[in-house]
Amino acid sequence: MRPDIATQVDNTMILIVAVCIFFFVLVTGTMIYFVFRYNKKRNPQATNIHGNTPLEVAWTVIPLILVLVIFFYGWNGFSNMRNVPEDALVVKVTGQMWKWKFEYENGKKSDTLFVPVGKPVRMNIHSNDVNHSFFIPSMRVKEDAVPGRENYLWFKADNIGEYDIACAEYCGLDHWNMYAKLIVDTDENFNAWYNQVEQSEKKTNSGETGNTTNQDSLKNNSGNTDDSTTVTDTTQISDTTKSE
Amino acid sequence: MANGILATDPNRVSFYEYEGKHKGILSWLLSTDHKRIGLLYLISLLAFFAVGVTLGFLMRLEMISPGPTIMAPNTYNSVFTLHGVIMVFLFILPGLPAIFGNFFLPIQIGARDVAFPRINLLSWYLYLIGGVLAIVSLFTGGGIMDTGWTFYVPYSIRTTSNISLSVFAAFVLGFSSILTAVNFITTAHRMRAPGMTFFRMPLFVWALYSTAWIQLLATPILGITLLLIIAERMLGVGIFDPNLGGDPILYQHMFWIYSHPAVYIMAIPAFGVVSEIIPTFSKKNIFGYTPVAISSLAIAFVGYLVWGHHMFSSGISDISRLIFSLLTFLVAIPTGVKVFNWVATMYKGSITVKTPMLFVLFFIVIFSIGGLTGLVLGAINTDIHVTDTYFVVGHFHYVMFGSMGILLFAGLHYWFPKMFGRMYHEKMAQVSAWIFFVGFNLLYFPMFIMGYLGMPRRYYDYLPEFTTYHVIATVGSWIMITGMIIMFANLIRSLYTGAKATENPWGGTTLEWKIPSPPPLENFREIPVITEGPYEHHFNKEENT
Ligand SMILES: [Cu+2]
Ligand SMILES: [Cu+2]
Repeated sequence: MRPDIATQVDNTMILIVAVCIFFFVLVTGTMIYFVFRYNKKRNPQATNIHGNTPLEVAWTVIPLILVLVIFFYGWNGFSNMRNVPEDALVVKVTGQMWKWKFEYENGKKSDTLFVPVGKPVRMNIHSNDVNHSFFIPSMRVKEDAVPGRENYLWFKADNIGEYDIACAEYCGLDHWNMYAKLIVDTDENFNAWYNQVEQSEKKTNSGETGNTTNQDSLKNNSGNTDDSTTVTDTTQISDTTKSE
Repeated sequence: MANGILATDPNRVSFYEYEGKHKGILSWLLSTDHKRIGLLYLISLLAFFAVGVTLGFLMRLEMISPGPTIMAPNTYNSVFTLHGVIMVFLFILPGLPAIFGNFFLPIQIGARDVAFPRINLLSWYLYLIGGVLAIVSLFTGGGIMDTGWTFYVPYSIRTTSNISLSVFAAFVLGFSSILTAVNFITTAHRMRAPGMTFFRMPLFVWALYSTAWIQLLATPILGITLLLIIAERMLGVGIFDPNLGGDPILYQHMFWIYSHPAVYIMAIPAFGVVSEIIPTFSKKNIFGYTPVAISSLAIAFVGYLVWGHHMFSSGISDISRLIFSLLTFLVAIPTGVKVFNWVATMYKGSITVKTPMLFVLFFIVIFSIGGLTGLVLGAINTDIHVTDTYFVVGHFHYVMFGSMGILLFAGLHYWFPKMFGRMYHEKMAQVSAWIFFVGFNLLYFPMFIMGYLGMPRRYYDYLPEFTTYHVIATVGSWIMITGMIIMFANLIRSLYTGAKATENPWGGTTLEWKIPSPPPLENFREIPVITEGPYEHHFNKEENT
């Protein structure tokens, strides 16, 4: 069984936070102790100490070992990120100012990333204009969209639900509003959506128009009833029931 | 050191009172005295700093609630660009070497001036010209620049703003720092007082010396990048622009090959200030002089090779991501060594916590957080999650503001008596430092949490779930700025009402504490002869407090 990318990221994070807390408490604790213990009032006469070689070696070598362990964890998680499972569903995503467009292998185009639960998904990442960065916070994955080249990442969503997709590389005026939705659903629901959309593509016989209509009808029809903040207002959010 | 040699000459006036060829304002603008040039830098840097802080304040105000608050998205994009450009290129980069380096490097090695005093003045003019050009470039063109301080292509090519001019401004600024670097390196090599070997130099001098080498080696990359951008824009040669067959990633490489070492150009001199202040207020020798000195060089050298950690998600090859990650972790080691030695210096000391020392203690707390959170950015898989989020924003403010900014404040208080001949008011200074410290952490710490939860940076607006963190950060910014206002008001008041400073108010051991406050024009009546290391406290002689 392949380890989960997000779990690996969180584990590396927990390891680092533990190391951080250890060193932080050690350094600042010692410092505060010294400030009180060796205060001029308590210790009017300083003792000159020029250094201590074993100590220097110790605090060079021990942190070195710790950072190498952290490096190894980071590397391990990273190699998992770069090795896409062979059975992955392939989706092409293209960033452009200021929206994400998804295209499936059967030619289906969408503004929402619809995937089946528990299936690895490989995103081939492109850009039409400037740099963007395809970021799914809850899946702990991110990769830049750079014009003129194809980058990739993969993830596997284990729970049915809706997740945010953001743009993480600054791309101009509406960078902050370049959100899309990742919708994870059961195999049947996904397949129904996948095939139905394919038919509608065939019916309209034009990817572009079909896509635009599709997008318009999905807009503002969301189950996200948060409130009237700008972000939720203008984000293109599609509705699961609509697609079914 | 033999004490009598440096007896001050009562007949020699301070550098303020000395009358040269020029009078009035010209005696400053045309002065080649390293101390006056240091103060010129101090004033210009603080002016730019004030502008940068104001812009930061406006950004935080916009972020206090979701949705539009006080400005439109395009304004916000310009504000964070201006904030970054001004803070990085006009404040932290010239930073401590320009101010304290100019003022104290010659004094600390027992010299009367830097090696090339006229070039020194020229470098200040270049800095000023670069600053003016940068500001002109931001406001000319189709609108106020909105690319972010990193000017990433292709966005920076498509935007109507004036990219060539601003890169040229960065080049002029870079030239200014190259000249300062050449000056400092030559001064450190050629102007040391008799008996001052390299390993008897104060650690602040070591820091300036290491920094000067990075400036000298890294800044020309900026010049090459400029030439390539001009070739692309004027001649249509495809280098960075994918529409011309260029590679945007190449631009990121070239930008960070300069700009990552620039991080150390900002931080290492700050470390030098710490190494001065802790021994003085602990009344003892620095712990591990040689490791602290060598670690500056090590950071300078390895730091030159880690720029790729800014590009872990850009699509560079997997193997280069691994190598850059490993090298990045290696920089953590000499940095850690410094921190451990600083804390160890306090062991068995006789510590007084005056404001400079208080700021240094705050620095150790804040910089530990900044440095340790850097581990999250060094490990590749966590970096991929948090890069380009608020986590990074929190991290670099902890590291850069936390080192260069806080130690500028520490150094201002530490050297205030020497530079201005008066004491600052201690109590008010401590109060302001505490307010600043509380505000700082409230402002930047929530950013780590937001970032890990997925709040991308450079966002005009945000999802409602992040509101609490943004509100805390904004309130923190008010507290922090209040602290800074009180601090500077106190310093300015002290210029007029502070008690007259003695030669050595803190009991420091480096050479600047053996000449009058403020120093005479040529610093030393007789060049001192050095017989021991820089931090030897001699307990039989009581320093005047
Ligand atoms: Cu973007
Ligand atoms: Cu860097």
